[in-house]
Amino acid sequence: MKILSIENLSKSFGGIKANHDISFDINEGEILGIIGPNGAGKSTLFDLITGYTKADAGKIIFNNKNILGLRPDKISNLGIGRTFQKLKPFADQTLLENVMIGSFLKESNIKKARDKALEIIDFVDLIEKRHHFAGELSTGQRKRLELARAMAIEPKLLLMDEVTGGVDQKTVPGLVELIKKLKASGITIVTIEHNINIIMEISDNILALDQGQNIAFGKAKEIQNNQKVIDSYLGSVDVA
Amino acid sequence: MDSILSNAKLEPVWHTNNKIIFLLASLALFLIIFPLFGPSSFYLHLMIMIFMYAVMAQSWNIIAGLSGQISLGHAVFFGIGAYTSSFLFVEYGITPWIGIFIGMIFSALVAVLIGIPMLRLSGHYFAIATLLIGISFQLVFQRWELVGAASGLWIPLTEGSSWFAFQFHDSKAPYYYIFLIFFILTFLFAWRLSRSKIGFRLRAVRDDYQAASSLGINVAKYKIIAFAISAIVMAPMGSLFAQYILIVDPDRMFSIEISIIVLLMTVLGGIGNIWGPLIGVAILIPVSEYSRMYLGGTGGAVDQIFYGLILMLICIFRPAGLISFFPKHILERKKQR
Repeated sequence: MKILSIENLSKSFGGIKANHDISFDINEGEILGIIGPNGAGKSTLFDLITGYTKADAGKIIFNNKNILGLRPDKISNLGIGRTFQKLKPFADQTLLENVMIGSFLKESNIKKARDKALEIIDFVDLIEKRHHFAGELSTGQRKRLELARAMAIEPKLLLMDEVTGGVDQKTVPGLVELIKKLKASGITIVTIEHNINIIMEISDNILALDQGQNIAFGKAKEIQNNQKVIDSYLGSVDVA
Repeated sequence: MDSILSNAKLEPVWHTNNKIIFLLASLALFLIIFPLFGPSSFYLHLMIMIFMYAVMAQSWNIIAGLSGQISLGHAVFFGIGAYTSSFLFVEYGITPWIGIFIGMIFSALVAVLIGIPMLRLSGHYFAIATLLIGISFQLVFQRWELVGAASGLWIPLTEGSSWFAFQFHDSKAPYYYIFLIFFILTFLFAWRLSRSKIGFRLRAVRDDYQAASSLGINVAKYKIIAFAISAIVMAPMGSLFAQYILIVDPDRMFSIEISIIVLLMTVLGGIGNIWGPLIGVAILIPVSEYSRMYLGGTGGAVDQIFYGLILMLICIFRPAGLISFFPKHILERKKQR
């Protein structure tokens, strides 16, 4: 069953077409990976879906409702969570407080909101760091914090912008496992990734963008063998 | 891991520091019995000013410290509080006790009305806009005949002290206790607010409005809520001060000096922490009042020079304010490792 349908979505900044006539669907419980070179329009697509940028044309249907033009907070309330490419932790607040802010969306009681936040922090394996200030955490831990915070709003759809980007190699497998755990918990995921091995491993479907256009959509194997994708992004990289 | 989670859930949501509570209770008790020691009128006045400015600085701390909006026109709400209760008493004989609450409502309404068009502004632009609004209010009241224009309103003196008229001619002690009650209530309110869902959400808006909105927080709504709460806290001080000096005029009540001083006090003590304003006030008000006492008039502007000097030193050496000398976990939150 479709949870998100993007129909002919377009956005230009001046003469630059950041997203041009993008269309695709995501089914409930799936992971959609988005790949593309820098400037392909991946993060812009996230900003359009979550209301941070207004689209010029098209439709964004989430759970049978067109959410185009809604404010980001309204979209969050409908059940779309996100993380940011440039991390945005509330640095002067503890990890627990960061996640509690998210859990307050569905739970007003402070004790229940705290307990829910603790469970999510445990889920992302940071329970021992719960009283640490966000600004003191490592990049990998802050990535987990952002995931935990987004999970706290109980999203049906989670958009993750380069979760494994900028972290050391030892941290990556843990984050990949976390993404798999998220999927297993029933959350539909759209993830932007530059690590092609990871995207091939975790995605049910892959969307390839180049210069704002959808150049391919399909299963990992199809994408791997797509000539347009090879020319624009994969090149001669030997994918696992 | 499960046992860590179970133990974490057994922790109290807020850790209480018994030493701090004992210290605060002792301070409150001392403040309650202070007038019984027979202090001179000057010392009562000094304490009244400390209570008043502490509340005003706390009001500013709510808008700046909790929601991250720098207001340079906060005297507007002080003035509205002062004029509302005074006008209702002078014109209609309504007791200032009721006027205080009507002033709070008016201030909140004005905060919402001026807050809505300023929603698109942030940072320096918001600060400049509030500065101009503050000046505009002063200009309007200087020319508004209904409220006495430039000469303001003179509150008629009662014969002897009167609780109804909120006038006490024999002693400053009643004023002391009234200001003290508002001071304690304000700090309890600020403490409760900082630990509430609204407090959490305001800090999120302050730290990163985009991340806040991704968590379902209506940033515009919460900015207005902060502005209105701040105005509600500020307004009673205008009403009380008007009753204390029994005159309200635009130059005094809408003075830009008020807006700047509450900012200075909060910055000195530490923005964003409920104790920051109190520390700032406890240092700056005695300096101001003693310089006035020893140097006369406006204190030879010595207090202003001191304010400037101390602000420079704080900005250079301790940008988080004097509160940062205290370990963070002692003041607000317990950090466990």
